[in-house]
Amino acid sequence: MPTYRYRTLLHTTLLAAAVAFAPPAEAGKRDNSVKWASNQVPESLDAYFNNVRIGVILAHHIWDTLVYRDPKTNEYKPSLATAWRWVNDTTLEFDLRKGVKFHNGEAFDADDVAYTLNYVSKPENKSTTQQNVNWIASAEKVEQFKVRIKLKKPFPAALEYLAGPVVIYPNEYYAKVGPKGMSEKPVGSGPYMVSEHQPGRLVRMKRNPDYFKASLKPQPRIETLELRLVPDQNTQTAELMAGGLDWIFNVPPDQAQQLKTVPALQVKAGETMRVVFLTMASDEKTPTPILKDARVRKAIIHAINREAMLKTVVGESARVIHTQCFPAQFGCTDEGAPRYAYDPAKAKALLAEAGHPNGFEIDLYAYRERPQTEAVIGYLRAVGIKANLRYMQYAAMRDALREHKAGFAHQTWGSFSVNDVSAMTPVYFKFAADDVTRDPEVRDLLDAGDTSVKPAVRQVAYKNALKKIAEQAYVVPMYSLPVYYAYSKDLEFQPYPDEIPRFWEYRWK
Amino acid sequence: MFQYALKRVVLALLVALTVSLVCFLLVNLSTDVATAMAGEGATAETIDAIRTQYGFDRPLAIQYFEWLGRAALGDFGDSLYFRTPVAALVIERMPTTMILGTAALAFALLLSIPLGVVAALKPNSWVDRLTLTIAVVGQAMPSFWFALLLMFLFGVTLKVLPISGGDSWQHFILPSIALGYYATPAIMRLTRSGMLEVLESDYIRTARAKGLRTASVLFKHALRNAVAPVVALAAVQLGFLLGGSVVIETVFALNGLGYLAWEAISHNDFPVVQAVVLLISLVYIVLTLLADVANAWLDPRIRIG
Repeated sequence: MPTYRYRTLLHTTLLAAAVAFAPPAEAGKRDNSVKWASNQVPESLDAYFNNVRIGVILAHHIWDTLVYRDPKTNEYKPSLATAWRWVNDTTLEFDLRKGVKFHNGEAFDADDVAYTLNYVSKPENKSTTQQNVNWIASAEKVEQFKVRIKLKKPFPAALEYLAGPVVIYPNEYYAKVGPKGMSEKPVGSGPYMVSEHQPGRLVRMKRNPDYFKASLKPQPRIETLELRLVPDQNTQTAELMAGGLDWIFNVPPDQAQQLKTVPALQVKAGETMRVVFLTMASDEKTPTPILKDARVRKAIIHAINREAMLKTVVGESARVIHTQCFPAQFGCTDEGAPRYAYDPAKAKALLAEAGHPNGFEIDLYAYRERPQTEAVIGYLRAVGIKANLRYMQYAAMRDALREHKAGFAHQTWGSFSVNDVSAMTPVYFKFAADDVTRDPEVRDLLDAGDTSVKPAVRQVAYKNALKKIAEQAYVVPMYSLPVYYAYSKDLEFQPYPDEIPRFWEYRWK
Repeated sequence: MFQYALKRVVLALLVALTVSLVCFLLVNLSTDVATAMAGEGATAETIDAIRTQYGFDRPLAIQYFEWLGRAALGDFGDSLYFRTPVAALVIERMPTTMILGTAALAFALLLSIPLGVVAALKPNSWVDRLTLTIAVVGQAMPSFWFALLLMFLFGVTLKVLPISGGDSWQHFILPSIALGYYATPAIMRLTRSGMLEVLESDYIRTARAKGLRTASVLFKHALRNAVAPVVALAAVQLGFLLGGSVVIETVFALNGLGYLAWEAISHNDFPVVQAVVLLISLVYIVLTLLADVANAWLDPRIRIG
């Protein structure tokens, strides 16, 4: 039995036994605090110098953005900026809010925006999240509460980035302490202030009593948030059951089902923007020439029962996708795209037509969600395709694909929670390093969508690109991935697809 | 004796060098560090820039010798992930691992020595078999599973001990048991065989004949002589336990070298991986060296062989 399966079986057995004898978990409502955990350690708390999910979550609590995206309607609304306008295709102008203070008392104005964006967008400052800022040419102060952001080229998703990962720092403080100091002692304008940071162990945040009232993030009701870095998921579960933690996420589906039976806890599944797909290299340099035949690619899609996989190995709240994007992303649609139903007989017929009546052998690369990969292998085997699993770290798999050593891979992409197709589909189809199909028509369509500032034009361009990708079956779009959250039954919590828990909304019942 | 010790020291240094080379090669040949550092979504240009900036485009031999030269002076470079000096990270995390290792060894000795004595007093009986079973179970059980078992029993169900973290001495109890239990069989068997040998000796027979109490015979005379080789073994086991701390520290969220190694491996932070592996190897080599020298001092036949 593979080691990870053995380990999973042991863990599940232990958990079942513990659930049977577990005393009630205690809530943190006594002191109006929430203790939660993550198994990721951010290399820095500076939002521009880490590229892990927990860093994104902390950033939304400690800092604010110019624009606020309503998570329910996806509309862009005022935040640190009260209004904005496109001066031309490459210039955005913002009117800034008056009366906002940072946690250290510094007043917010255009100098903060200009300094932050100019600093993080310069490659020599080595921001880890270059893709979030490399569209910015410069930011200039027009007046004390007016700023202009110049783009390197038309980039309509600019607002999405300015509502998401691009947070605003206090210029005087950041100039003095730099990224290292900002990581040690973060200062922002957000609903929570960092009161204690023990690197690699703990981040404690207290409610910001002076948080600006006009913010669309509601005034927080939980007084203290304590993030503990606990690398093992089972340890997190044990702490939750013992009352040492109040909220955890990324709970494995099988454990989530067991935790549902603990009276003091509740479990919720939330769909995320992370989508799963199978890459099939069909360009000139593909190491798997068999995938150049569209009939073979279509056979692979027909062979996999994605609906059944949702129920068995994926989890609740997920959905099958038919195009290479997350359905709620701007520009994402499956209108006009062909649907490939689960049909093993059709898969075999297509393979026979393509000259492979007895199937073929191929390596399938993967780096996470291993049970899902193994399910795919099972389905492919049923139609005669013998897929050999090559399981490795993400970096190694991506190397292999980029160097044309791998041609068939089980991948996922979270779009950095950016709610725009430009953060998803072009990564794999615009002739960049991860494009293993190289269709110029698709590239041009995506480019039209990426560079127009007119929403209607963008939507048509993306629709046609996604339709072409689906018609050619360049990828196997699988489903969205859910995340399971487990938390005290006395805590009110709602998940969102961007995987950002909004603790400023939570409260104890 | 001096010649023997010198020979062992030279051998130890060669082993340390070999370990450092193997570790360096394994890390660099397993993946592209620049890609891992750049993270998901990075462009090829970003990755190339990182490769040039950190010197990953130079020949491996040059990278290795440069690293070795600096390591000899205590400079292990900067962590690629945390962007702080590796030496500072190691110094910060080392005390936790040393406390855990020492506590685990103490637990192993506290469990193994009495078990060994009991087994020696009733050789080849059901008592002997039972004590051996108790000891061997520790080695057969996966340490991470045993850790979770302890956690759920004492932390979740009984709620008498903390589950994770390292804020107090109580936080080290469960990890020490989980880690130390693994070392029990070897120490127990050595204690048993040592006691069996000593209990057959003439001076023990004399002590009994003189009418000394059993406890006095056992602990004042027999055990003191039987446990000498156990001391040497314990030194080696301590090095082994330090290596095993990777799993236990990760499970119990103890911020030690083992957890640092896990983080570094997860993020392909190879300067840290190299430093931790080298450091733990050096500790193990030093402890083995001390054990060898101690054994040679106790038994001159070893020096000649």
